Formats: sequence, C-alpha cells, structure tokens
Amino acid sequence: MQQESTIRSAGHSAKAASYSQSLPMQLWKTNLEVFQRDRLALVGLIIFFVFFLVAVFAPLIAPYDPLQVIEVDGIWLSNKKPSSDFPLGTTNVARDIFSQLVHGSRTALLVGFSAAAAVAVIGTVVGLLAGYYGGWVEALLMRAADVAFGIPFLPFIIVLSAFLNRSIWIVVMAMAVLLWRDTGRVIRSQVLVIKEQAFVSAARVSGASNLRIIFVYIAPSILPLSFLYGSFAIAWAILTEASVSFLGFGDPNTVSWGFMLQDAFLSLALTRGAFYWFIPPGLCIMLTVMAGFFIGRGYEEVLFPRLRRL
Amino acid sequence: MSRGVLAYIVGRIFQSLLVMWVIVTILFLLFRLGPGNPLASYIDTTFTKEQEEALLRRFGLDRPFGEQYLIYVANLLRGDLGDSFQYASKPVVEILAADLPNTLYLTLTSLSIAYFVGVIGGVILAARRGTTFEKAGIFFTLLTRSAPQFWIGMIVLAFFAFRLRWFPSSGIAGAGTIYANEWEKLSSPVFWRHMVLPTFTLALYLLGLPLLLMRSNMLEVLDQDYVTMSRLAGYSEWRVMIQTAARNAMLPVLTALTLGIGYSIGGNVVIENVFAWPGLGRTLVRAVATSDYPLAQGAFFIIALIIVTLNFFADVLYTLLDPRIGASSRAQLS
Repeated sequence: MQQESTIRSAGHSAKAASYSQSLPMQLWKTNLEVFQRDRLALVGLIIFFVFFLVAVFAPLIAPYDPLQVIEVDGIWLSNKKPSSDFPLGTTNVARDIFSQLVHGSRTALLVGFSAAAAVAVIGTVVGLLAGYYGGWVEALLMRAADVAFGIPFLPFIIVLSAFLNRSIWIVVMAMAVLLWRDTGRVIRSQVLVIKEQAFVSAARVSGASNLRIIFVYIAPSILPLSFLYGSFAIAWAILTEASVSFLGFGDPNTVSWGFMLQDAFLSLALTRGAFYWFIPPGLCIMLTVMAGFFIGRGYEEVLFPRLRRL
Repeated sequence: MSRGVLAYIVGRIFQSLLVMWVIVTILFLLFRLGPGNPLASYIDTTFTKEQEEALLRRFGLDRPFGEQYLIYVANLLRGDLGDSFQYASKPVVEILAADLPNTLYLTLTSLSIAYFVGVIGGVILAARRGTTFEKAGIFFTLLTRSAPQFWIGMIVLAFFAFRLRWFPSSGIAGAGTIYANEWEKLSSPVFWRHMVLPTFTLALYLLGLPLLLMRSNMLEVLDQDYVTMSRLAGYSEWRVMIQTAARNAMLPVLTALTLGIGYSIGGNVVIENVFAWPGLGRTLVRAVATSDYPLAQGAFFIIALIIVTLNFFADVLYTLLDPRIGASSRAQLS
C-alpha cells in the first residue's frame, strides 16, 4: 500500500543535515520549514486541527447521540431528508446522520494517529538497529520486513477479525505489525550513511555506549523521515479503518465514517439516491486522508529536494 | 546475464520461498490456535461422522501438533487446501480456481488502462512543469488517491447504475445466467457491460501511482546531459520528450506495474465487494463473515502467493533492466 512513497524516495538519499546546530534545534527547523515552504502541507495541518476540534467537542456539536433512534410519539423518524432538525437527514433506523458524522471524526483521528505512531516508532527502531548493528541483527530484521511485504494487508486484517473481538484496535495492531516495513527499510539505509560521519566516530571515541550513539546521536537526524512515513501512515490508517468497517468487520459499537457508509450501502441508500447520507462521510475520509498525504509530501520535498519541481 | 545477476536471482528465489514458508506457518498457527476448538478450522458441525473422520485423517488432525504441521505443509505443496464448509463441501481449490480468472480480468484491465493513461498523463504534466495546469493535475491525482475506492464505487453505482441505468450494478452476468466456460464469458457482451463500472472505479484509483511516478522520473531525466544534447542537436521538443526522455523514464514505472499487479489483487477486496464481483477478494470476505475457515485460509494463501511471486518478478525485472540500480538494491537487500 505504501509503495508510492517508497518508490518515489528510492535512490535518493535524504538531504544531509548540517551538524553545526544542536540536533533538536535542527529537527524543529526542518518541521518549521515543511509547513512554511509547502502551502499544501499547511492546509493538511489545518484540516487535522479542525477535525481535532470537532472530535474533542463532538458531544457539544452533535445534536443527538449517534446511535439513538429518534422517535416522536412512538413513531420512528426514518429516512428524513435534510432539514433544520436534521442537517443531513436521518438513516433508515431513524438515527441522525450529522451526529454520526461528527462522532466519526473521533474514530478516524484515534485510529489514524495511534496507528501512525505505532508504525513510525516500530519502523524507526527497526531501521536504527538494523542500520547501526548490521550483521545478523540486520539480516533478521530485513528478512522480517520481506515477510511483512509478502502479507496482503487488507486480507490480513479481515482474517484477524475472524478470531479477535471486532474493534478499531485490530486495524491499529495490524498496521503496527505490517506497515513498519517501508519506514524500517528507508531509515536503515539512511542510518548506513549517517553512521560513517565524523560526529558518530567522535561519540564512539569519547566512550558513548552503542545505545547512546543510536538514540542520542543518530536518531534525531533521521526523525524527519519518521515524520514523513508517519504522515502517510495516518492517511493509510484512516482509509483502512474505513474499508474494514465498510466490509463489515469493524467495531459494531463504534460509529465511524466507514460504518456509516456500510450502513448506507446495505440500506439501499444508493438505489434511493440518498446522496445526503453517503456523500458526507466519504468527503470527510477524503479530507483527512488528503491531509496526511499533503503533510507527507511536504516532508518529502524538504528531505528529498531533487524530487522538487525543477 | 552476468554471473552476479544470476546469483542474485537464485538468492532472491530462496528469499521468496523463505517468505512463503513464514507466511504459511503464521497461517497455520493463526487458524489452529484461533477459535476454541483446533478442529474447527476444518470440521463444521454439519458434517457427517464419515466426512469428519475422512477429514481428520486427511489433515492428520488426530495427530500431535508438530506432525499436523508437517501434514499441513505437505498438503499445501500438493495443492490441497481442504474442503469448504459451504458450497456443498466443494474443495477449496476448485472454488478459488473459479474466482481467480474474474479477479485477473478486473485487475489486469484496470491496470492496463491506469498505466496507459498514467504514463501519458505523467509526460504531459512534466512537459507543462511549473504551470497551473500541472498543479491542478497533481491536486486531482491526490484527490483520486485519497477518496476511498468503495465510496467512489458507491457514487458511480448511484449515478450510472441506479439513476441513469446505463450499466448493471453487480455480478458478472444477467439473472440466472451461468457461463459454461471462460471463453463463453469473455465473448459475452453482457460480461463486459458488467465490467465497466468496477474497472472504471479501480482504474481511477490505480492511475495516481504511475502518473506521479512518471512525472517525477521525467523531471529527473529531463535534467540529464543526453537530453540536453538531443535538444542542442535540434530535435523537436516533442521528439525529445517522447523518444529520449519518456523511454528512459518508463523503466521504474514498469517495475511499479509488476508490484502493482500483486498489491492490487490484494487490495481488490473492497471493489469486488461493492460490485459483487465474484473474485478472490469477495470470496475471502464471505468466507470470513460465515466462518468458512478452510476457504478463508485458502483465499489468503493464494493472494499472498500472488504478491510474493510478483514482488520477485519486480525485483528481477529491476535488476535486468538497470544493472546499476540492481547493484544498489542488492546492497540494500544484503
């Protein structure tokens, strides 16, 4: 799934950082540069921020509980068209679509950010260890990456959900187990370059331990790469959670945008032309996924300047 | 072919076999340790006593764990994936063999369209670099990659199948029709009409990768000396673009295509379910939803096998087409 960024970045080595400044400072500058230089990356950041606010204040924004069946005098208000009472209408079992949409942002952001964090952390640690130690550590970790590349991602989650309790954490777990592979490979090859640099030898001569060299000296300079893959991972996680829920393997008690689309699909909203039901969740997925892609590309352009418009 | 390349290919074959072995082992453990009863992976409650005993023997489910594993691997090597819990206990292999062509038709047609349009689109975007047209093109491409495939499928269905009634909404044949063989299927206009909407949806999604890749390769190639030389030699801009630059920028796109076949077969699951397309992905989803463990396991195995095989071909192709890149990717693998 993540092949795009891998292929784009293959063969380019990330811009060598200048080590005149302290590394945390350098990192901060890179992050700032991404959002200053790339307007789309900034747009992505703003999209996430808006959805973050919606997610935090969801109970205040949503007029109803997302799963509440709305009835008046025992009569269900099913399949209502959008109105002032129901901004996006109601579902076939009389649930408020707008409230579901608002609450769906919680699931998307929760899955997106936790999966991305897991992918970035595992990928970074694997890449650091493989690149720094080499030998059997590297061989073992890179063979594991080969296996991860051979396992079909979505089918894997579907099979897992046959055995585990259906919850959004299956998606997060599956991503953590499989998708570190891209991050791991790229960071490893970057570490191979960095570990030859003078400041690493200097640290070694001055008696720093291996772990100290890895995490204090080398790690900060490859962290922007982790952010790059992390941003893409947010996008993939949100898309994946939506697909899994759409296929009916999501958490039945959690309202997500994928769940809404499955609901609409199975209740024949398509035949009835109930666009107000199935267009908004898809748009929200698209916006958040795009935000992840925009930010990822922003990092890519700063880290791999040769990819930039010539 | 140099000896180095040959050695690389042989090594890469062993690596693929190793990967497949690990995947098979993971599957074995998952399905044995998964649901409460280890026999549940193969024996359904509706089976007769005789069926049950025949299966017990066939898969050695009455033997110790380690022996079960050896029997399982041996059966896989002989192409025996067990019997489905449904479909009148048909062998899993038979069911999957019927699904595979449908998945391939859909995937290969969509990929061909996507890569054809994508390569041309990439060249055009590169030729117009720095313009608003290029920016709009990239933005549109990112849009198609961000929209969930199944959602685009739903919109396409609501519009072209239910409102305009131009194309059928699901399946591969009219009600009650069954194709006698693959040839009858492929020569039937009804089949192709069913294929239009899923192919369009899938191709729209797949388009993004070759397009963006071709564009960035073109920009890189256009910077090379030999392109400048042919410009100086007075060739027309069109000829420089197509004959000199595009030909060289295509190589990585070809590799991506090989990888893409594998990954889109794995990812087709969603499209096949939206359009009720009777392929591997739909079978996998239905098998898991109905706890048809042998079928689910078999479908997953076949999809993984396809991906690993095509990953192998992609790597070999990469090495053969560009020995220079091959050497560096070899260095990365070691």
